[in-house]
Amino acid sequence: MSQTVEQVQGVIQKRYAAGFTTDIESDMIRPGLDEEIIAMISAKKEEPEWMLEWRLKAYRHWLTMKTPNWAHLNIPAIDFQALHYYASPKQKNRPQSLDEVDPKLLETFDRLGVPLHERARLAGVAVDAVFDSVSVGTTFQKELKEAGVIFCSMSEALQEHPDLVREYIGSVVPHTDNFFAALNSAVFSDGSFVYIPKDTVCPMELSTYFRINARDTGQFERTLIIAEPGSKVSYLEGCTAPMRDENQLHAAVVELVALEKAQIKYSTVQNWYPGDENGKGGIYNFVTKRGDCRGDDSRISWTQVETGSAITWKYPSCIMRGERSAGEFYSVALTHNHQQADTGTKMIHLGKDSTSKIISKGISAGRSNNSYRGLVRVAKKATNVRNYTQCDSLLIGKTCGAHTFPYIEAANASAKVEHEATTSRIGEDQLFYCRSRGLDEEEAVALIVDGFCKEVFKELPMEFAVEAKALLEISLEGSVG
Amino acid sequence: MLKIKDLHVSVDEQEILKGLSLEVGEGELHAVMGPNGSGKSTLGYTLAGRDDYEVTSGSIEFDGEDLVEMEPDERAAAGVFLAFQYPVEIPGVNNAYFLRAALNAQRKARGEEEVDGVNFLKMVRESLAELEMDESLLKRAVNEGFSGGEKKRNEIVQMAVLQPKLAILDETDSGLDIDALKLVADGINRLRDGKRSFVVITHYQRLLDYLTPDKVHVLSGGRIVESGGPELAHRLESEGYGHLERASA
Repeated sequence: MSQTVEQVQGVIQKRYAAGFTTDIESDMIRPGLDEEIIAMISAKKEEPEWMLEWRLKAYRHWLTMKTPNWAHLNIPAIDFQALHYYASPKQKNRPQSLDEVDPKLLETFDRLGVPLHERARLAGVAVDAVFDSVSVGTTFQKELKEAGVIFCSMSEALQEHPDLVREYIGSVVPHTDNFFAALNSAVFSDGSFVYIPKDTVCPMELSTYFRINARDTGQFERTLIIAEPGSKVSYLEGCTAPMRDENQLHAAVVELVALEKAQIKYSTVQNWYPGDENGKGGIYNFVTKRGDCRGDDSRISWTQVETGSAITWKYPSCIMRGERSAGEFYSVALTHNHQQADTGTKMIHLGKDSTSKIISKGISAGRSNNSYRGLVRVAKKATNVRNYTQCDSLLIGKTCGAHTFPYIEAANASAKVEHEATTSRIGEDQLFYCRSRGLDEEEAVALIVDGFCKEVFKELPMEFAVEAKALLEISLEGSVG
Repeated sequence: MLKIKDLHVSVDEQEILKGLSLEVGEGELHAVMGPNGSGKSTLGYTLAGRDDYEVTSGSIEFDGEDLVEMEPDERAAAGVFLAFQYPVEIPGVNNAYFLRAALNAQRKARGEEEVDGVNFLKMVRESLAELEMDESLLKRAVNEGFSGGEKKRNEIVQMAVLQPKLAILDETDSGLDIDALKLVADGINRLRDGKRSFVVITHYQRLLDYLTPDKVHVLSGGRIVESGGPELAHRLESEGYGHLERASA
């Protein structure tokens, strides 16, 4: 084996800048999961009665389900009775404005590069900040309200807009969908709610920043985005957690509804704590994300950059229900050390002339395993469907794995489904070429990986593209020796 | 400038260079010629510091420093440039971005100020024009989808922008038509300023017609077997390398 490859796979040390803990008192519900706990969560959030009923229905269904084991993942058994399902930073009263938020919380988000206070707010980006189980605050609410856009925490939405929530929640991801979605439906605590009225282009980027802080706690957020006919919105989410030795569970559900001619662009930069170089600790990221192109000519686009988490189980999907509707999935998933990722998408074509595009870039280093799993399904009545899938894997070193599991189910003969897949090892020729021009080994790897991911990065909003690139560089730090 | 003494280099435990010695003074252009498999490309890769090219004995001194101990990027920052025989493609990486990153990495390593985008573009546009290359090349990915000739000319553009002290050109002439060959030769001649040194590795004499080397060396069986002036290149062209191979066998 050549020296370079040894160096490349040798010392794999990740510096995780978001690994700090905020010292703040938590209001926690006792660990464990039963109907009483669910009632307590619902009561804390002062939810309407129907919401509790819905949660309990989901819980009872969840009891009949088993942890999924079909993914190319080694998931240790999770003791669901040992977890806390609700933790919120202690505050005297629910803060009415950001001025009343505990300065320690504001400082936490400052440190994470997501300032919430007036002066330092991110220009042109409205942020909803979720700390453990609750939303800490949402910026630019007034400005958005003027445009008729609703952007608030799910808890607030249940108070202020219960009818909208009731109409749409569970309509894309039903509580029976899968094990983790059922669990989330029973215990979800907070998340973001977005409503874009008819023919409205949301005047700014919306974003949610998720932070897990408390120990032995799961985060179960639920996000719902509704885009009325002719509307348009771009939404971003980011996530981090402290470095801890034990694993923590993050089981979110995201539902997107795009009505006629509406467009939703949903971008994620996921940087949950991945565990240390020996595979100890880290977040289990078991997430169900699905978009419903419900109206004709609607469009939903997922872009994800996944660098964190010990285990990722995530398939942001699109249902092309409307005629000529379009679904897109752009993904960069990087794994190293002992990280495992089984990620991909499902493109379900129900509408005529609907299209979908999948661009997946997997990068594996260290002893990690990275799998792409994608389903393209064409319903019998959906004529003239087109799908293009491109799925590339890049290996750094020789102890990691890349796997591709494409599934194509076309029930209509007029469908055109294309699938291209490549796997390559990071070329020694490329590395040497870069180094002979003056770039050091880490710069060279970062440059090559950046080039490999270009097609996905260009889909991200500007601010996020820069962050994603920097994140990838940090994540690769030490992956060469 | 460059002093190579009794250099032995092995690749995969097979010895390729077997006691090569070569001295190139400041501002000189030396041609290294030789048959296939004589170790020409090995010499280029060894000077640039490629992994797997293991120096088992002998020494390489560059500008008073021990080159063998330096990493490839340190060598680049010190002023060593290798024009590749087969320039490598880097998909998705913008050609201009790549070259500017390289230039600034070198400048940073030397403690010099980085070049901003505007000045960089000025530098690279000049070089492109001189090599009759289209500016759209800057926006394309490094060497991806370039023709063979474009790749070779792109190496010369890089050399012109990076301004090395020592340029090693590994069969830059191979695969070029006569017009491209002239452009490349002009590109090299423009950089000959009496200080910069060149090692031009080639199989044929035709590039040397435009370059007038100070010295010509014949590499065979991993060593320099003959050195002389430009007339040696002409002799090799007419006689071929056959007699050398018989001699070293």
